[in-house]
Amino acid sequence: MAAPRAPLHLMAPVWNQGTRGIHGLSKAVAPEDSQRKGRSLLQFLADHFYDVQALREYLLRKQVLKVHQKNRPFTHIKERFGPHAAGAYFILKQGGAVKFQGKEWIRPNTRGRFSLDFLKFPEVPVEAVDASGSAINYHGLDNLLALKELQSLWLRHCPHVDDWCLSRLHSLANSLQELSLAGCPRISERGLACLHHLQNLRRLDISDLPAVSNPGLTQILVEEMLPNCEVLGADWTQGLRLGPEEQSRDTASPIPA
Amino acid sequence: MLRRSLQFALGRDVLGRGLGTHRGGSTLDWNGKMSEIKKKIQSVLPGGAWTQLHDTSYLPPEHSDVVIVGGGVMGLSVAYWLKRLERPRGAIRVLVVERDHTYSQASTVLSVGGIRQQFSVPENIQLSLFSIDFLRNINEYLAVVDDPPLDIQFNPSGYLLLASEKGAAVLESNVRVQRQEGAKVCLMSPEQLRNKFPWINPEGVALASYGMEHEGWFDPWSLLQGLRRKVQSMGVLFCQGEVTRFVSSSNHAETPSGEEVTLKRVHEVHVKIDHSLEYQPVECAIVINAAGAWSGQIAELAGVGKGPPGTLQGTKLPVEPRKRYVYLWNCPQGPGLETPFVIDASGAYFRREGLGNNYLGGCSPTEEEEPDPENLEVDHEFFQDKVWPPLAQRVPAFESLKVRSAWAGYYDYNTFDQNGVVGPHPLVVNMYFATGFSGHGLQQAPAVGRAVAEMVLHGNFQTINLSPFLFNRFHLGEKVHEHNII
Repeated sequence: MAAPRAPLHLMAPVWNQGTRGIHGLSKAVAPEDSQRKGRSLLQFLADHFYDVQALREYLLRKQVLKVHQKNRPFTHIKERFGPHAAGAYFILKQGGAVKFQGKEWIRPNTRGRFSLDFLKFPEVPVEAVDASGSAINYHGLDNLLALKELQSLWLRHCPHVDDWCLSRLHSLANSLQELSLAGCPRISERGLACLHHLQNLRRLDISDLPAVSNPGLTQILVEEMLPNCEVLGADWTQGLRLGPEEQSRDTASPIPA
Repeated sequence: MLRRSLQFALGRDVLGRGLGTHRGGSTLDWNGKMSEIKKKIQSVLPGGAWTQLHDTSYLPPEHSDVVIVGGGVMGLSVAYWLKRLERPRGAIRVLVVERDHTYSQASTVLSVGGIRQQFSVPENIQLSLFSIDFLRNINEYLAVVDDPPLDIQFNPSGYLLLASEKGAAVLESNVRVQRQEGAKVCLMSPEQLRNKFPWINPEGVALASYGMEHEGWFDPWSLLQGLRRKVQSMGVLFCQGEVTRFVSSSNHAETPSGEEVTLKRVHEVHVKIDHSLEYQPVECAIVINAAGAWSGQIAELAGVGKGPPGTLQGTKLPVEPRKRYVYLWNCPQGPGLETPFVIDASGAYFRREGLGNNYLGGCSPTEEEEPDPENLEVDHEFFQDKVWPPLAQRVPAFESLKVRSAWAGYYDYNTFDQNGVVGPHPLVVNMYFATGFSGHGLQQAPAVGRAVAEMVLHGNFQTINLSPFLFNRFHLGEKVHEHNII
């Protein structure tokens, strides 16, 4: 008597494709056309047995919980050493890099270890954060928003940074001068509209955002929205068709479709 | 001999020719008959499609624990939370009855899709905060294995409410309440308004409140489809039909003060199928009225309001359909990408739509100008007379615009106090309401669904206390007055 489940299996979900770590996630930008024959044994069994379906739901939940676990707040460090140290510790734990005011960049080594010297100077504010490629998400951004003197933030290729995260950045409006969002698969033009709070922004990088529907037009609108800011991103000619004379001249460079 | 019988079984005669191939065609047609017999045998065997009687898969089941009347975002939200909060798993059978599976007149899909926390009643703010949390984590709540993740296309641009001299004090106290509940709202003076949004003309504006986070607008259709998909995967049954009758039984009881009351209990819901006289009586334990603009009719069918006026028996459900227009226009010089959802002091509102300088907007008519809710025809004069002038005064760029399209939708308007009705009816003991939200139902649907599910399963509200929204207030006359209704 149950309504027949329509087989919506044409597009494989972005997160379920056997991703090994976060780098797999950032590459899976758009859901690909995985036809029936490409589906694994587990997917086939899940269609026919409720227990296997429950198992797959459990595995999906575990993946989500893993990301949440990575973004947990370090409250004990925050209480003891202050917000700057807590934020730096969080970023370094994610595999990102931190630069304190007047000091060099601190990065974790290939094994993920980093020096804890910065805990000796809890009043020194964090100037720049490079969280590219990390699993930072909406909740993890709490740690960053406490850094009131942050000037430069790089969030390149972060798979979980989306429009909701951008709406939180307004609390950094007083200090933030440079922001890079290149390559984040979940950011669209709707999130970019929230960046108008960042009036001190001087450099903004919004190149290579696959979820933005019209990169050229978005670039123009963002430039209008932030008149004092240099916006790097799509070239405004991207997506335009060249006229016939220009086409024959421009045979060397590839014409975007 | 074995070979001959085999040959005969395969439809060939002694000489190996097909049995049907006589000169001039066959009158017996053994081949065709054999294939028909083979098909019939296959269908009768287990796994085939043969039923003894005619196919009744379009009818709802004969028994269902909960029947939800109305398959819009409210009804689906209640179904989702019922299935999510039930213990043990699979204990409750839920049936959602929706009259129109194309949702052509449903308020959900015709809505402008905004969500805000800028209300004056604390319960409304809490409902909206929970709902935005739900929408942000929608892919954790509504994840279905093997289906693509849901994108509700949320624009986090915030709401901007403008107030004139008269309304400034009310706006300020509202913002205080909102901040207390945890909403991120800031107050702006006309100067700050002009600096932030140069396209605004702040003449006549005394104070403005701007929601920085958790406010914006989204696509209600994708929310509806996501809920539908998830709810179907959880085992909720859907039926396309109209509820025409409730069969209930009455019980007389006495209140402590000696008054006689009649308690009713709905036992059966008659669901009539479209374009046919056929109906199916569905035996049920609980009925949830989430029928939106038509909840008043459903409540009347159940016997709500049949009694002398002024008594509890005679208190009808004061929800009726009200028509509201939405216009889409294009203005090339209009406000830029950062435009929030602007609600002017006069009641007119607009928001941006997409990248192409298109804007959606409208205005609620006054009581005297209420249009006839008989159909969903659009009155374009209303835009010229009532919507355009205040908006053009507020945003000078809107003086030259071109209307592209318009549509109309229903508010399930609560004529008593324009806030939702949630919870059971005191006399019809197994009918629960989730209706009457007067234009802010979509943004409260996830939270209200949870509240109704908690009421049904546990008997009280557990996460958000919605006791001010119970049905009793209509009889007792306790209005929950909301100032910020658009």
